Amino acid sequence: MSDLLRLATAGSVDDGKSTLVGRLLYDTKSVLADTLDAVHRASADRGLATPDLSLLVDGLRSEREQGITIDVAYRYFATPKRSFVLADTPGHVQYTRNTVTGASTAQLAVLLVDARKGVIEQTRRHAAVLALLGVPRLVLAVNKIDLVDYDEVTFSRIAKEFTAHATALGYTEDSVVEIPVSALAGDNVVDKSANTPWYSGPTLLEHLETVPVEPDPHDAPFRFPVQYVIRPRTAEHLDYRGYAGLIAAGTVKPGDEVVVLPSGRRSTITKIDTADGELAEAAAGQSVTLLLADDIDISRGDLIAVAGNEPNVTDELDATLCWLAEKPLRPGARVLVKHGTRTVQAMVTDLRDRFDEQALSSVDSPGSLELNEIGRVALRLAEPVPLDDYSFSRRTGSFLVIDASDGSTLAAGLVGAPLPLLENGVESCSGGGENATPDNHALVSPGP
Amino acid sequence: MTLALDTLGRLESEAIHIFREVAGEFDRPVILFSGGKDSTLLLHLAIKAFYPAPVPFPLLHVDTGHNFDEVIEFRDRVVAQHGLRLEVAKVQDWIDDGRLEERPDGTRNPLQTVPLLDSITQHRFDAVFGGGRRDEERARAKERIFSLRTAFGQWDPKRQRPELWNLYNGRHRAGEHVRVFPLSNWTELDVWNYIEREGIELPDIYYSHEREVFLRDGMWLAEGPWGTAREGETLVRKTVRYRTVGDGSCTGAVESDAADIHAVIAEVSASRLTERGATRADDRLSEAAMEDRKREGYF
Repeated sequence: MSDLLRLATAGSVDDGKSTLVGRLLYDTKSVLADTLDAVHRASADRGLATPDLSLLVDGLRSEREQGITIDVAYRYFATPKRSFVLADTPGHVQYTRNTVTGASTAQLAVLLVDARKGVIEQTRRHAAVLALLGVPRLVLAVNKIDLVDYDEVTFSRIAKEFTAHATALGYTEDSVVEIPVSALAGDNVVDKSANTPWYSGPTLLEHLETVPVEPDPHDAPFRFPVQYVIRPRTAEHLDYRGYAGLIAAGTVKPGDEVVVLPSGRRSTITKIDTADGELAEAAAGQSVTLLLADDIDISRGDLIAVAGNEPNVTDELDATLCWLAEKPLRPGARVLVKHGTRTVQAMVTDLRDRFDEQALSSVDSPGSLELNEIGRVALRLAEPVPLDDYSFSRRTGSFLVIDASDGSTLAAGLVGAPLPLLENGVESCSGGGENATPDNHALVSPGP
Repeated sequence: MTLALDTLGRLESEAIHIFREVAGEFDRPVILFSGGKDSTLLLHLAIKAFYPAPVPFPLLHVDTGHNFDEVIEFRDRVVAQHGLRLEVAKVQDWIDDGRLEERPDGTRNPLQTVPLLDSITQHRFDAVFGGGRRDEERARAKERIFSLRTAFGQWDPKRQRPELWNLYNGRHRAGEHVRVFPLSNWTELDVWNYIEREGIELPDIYYSHEREVFLRDGMWLAEGPWGTAREGETLVRKTVRYRTVGDGSCTGAVESDAADIHAVIAEVSASRLTERGATRADDRLSEAAMEDRKREGYF
């Protein structure tokens, strides 16, 4: 079992997310004495009788003044069983931007709802974004359960409604868990609550400690974006020429036949090098240096892939964009695309549709894509690039859209349409509507 | 053999990936190196990232002049051992020619910002590696791994770019630079566990030793070029060690018997104070102290 879990949190304003995260840190004793003193002082200054745990996580001055969180914050806590990296994503303005950021690296997401309100529109939208980004597992924390008198019927109704929605988005039932909690009172966050005798499942922390973590895609075909060419040119390593990078998918061994893309030249791995010595085998997630049998021209931006199971090399692609900039996207826009270690010029040749998050359906040819909107586009690239579908690999199926003039990041890009929801709407998707081809179903499953 | 990486293996792999991205995309990177534990760890990871080639960047130390001798000796030895190039920006030079003024409290940590920015401009550094970690302080929890700074070195939390997957956007305009934090996802305990696993040497003052210290604002300060005990403060001999190393005038020692790495890890695991809260007077100035210094261009 992996000893590290990367998770993201998402919720609406006032769902008590900061309090929940503060509670996790507080109850796992991840908050140290001086930090806690500062929170006690600040709470007392505001005339509060008990410490406001949200103060543990609301970091920036403007946030404390407004009592809200603005930006994704990263928290670290550990128990004897696991270490956790938590991306705490705020729920109000710019929620897509923040949720997409937090979700892009998360293996699990904790969604919060207020037990008094149940599953609301924003919960559905958050879940849709998490499914789109391929977060493998969801937890619904039904918070403020104390404010509905720890009522089992209320919890069950919310849990059932959420499971139905998540299933429609492609989640299997065992990848979704609902837990009744009170972040303020501490019920079922770390310790089991005596107030919910009807709940037999794990507490939130127990679940986080024991949930299976999807490993890096070791059984996938080998993918290795070349970051940097290592040429020491020293007497000891006169002819050394190594290709440095992080294995994006699959495994590699000396002797493996590989193909270098986009050139298509073939060679054989002769050595997997690291500062700690040669490796007999290496797998996704590892930073290594590869040496090849043939002296071929390889530079940063190239992709080394297993021969016989390589990605498509193409200068035209269909993609889903999560638009993160104030400046809207219009068809015909010229942008930069950063995919793996390669950045190429690109043009948005068509804006096909926009995901209508209110109706959870799509709007054809919307004319523009605004901040926090998600839509499907056709892109033409200035040069051919090796591309995998996002549903095949989060690492080699993702890209950034960058503004060539000011360098800002405009969008998160996903190769293909990872969520058929965008095509069919959530209703037809759940019922396997007539447009849902077998291929689309294959893409539904949120995988690593 | 197992191919699944443990926590330290993942953190190391991520840091190496970040170093190589910067080497691939920037023209003039530099590593901030003081000889302290975080920058020593940073250098260790840089060496591993480019092995068997030498590290393709120089080092920069913004020297407050309020140093511990052991740390400067260590700094110079490490630089020589790996055949690296070290630039030193001395705060004293800025004070001597009037560009900076000594503070009434004698603390020089806040004075580092101007020499740092001047050096970045002078050498046209476009990427500056720092050892900052997100677990250190609340304002740092929202820091990006690639943190864009204006030509004035300023950090605007609202202008920071979303960081998606492991794709880093390092584009910047002329005069701007990017601060890069390969240790973002490490905790203090991860740092110590990794130092143990890799057998990384640190300056002796990180381990317990006897030292003349005096108590000020609840911290044990040592005497040095920055001054000594004032009236009402008494020098006493204590067994102490340092958890962070910075300007001697505001870096406190902690009472500790932890004489080796195993004892330090046991102590850090059990500690009830954050590294910064325990030993840095300048972070205590206000609730938003770190945020304010970051906005000004400090790390």
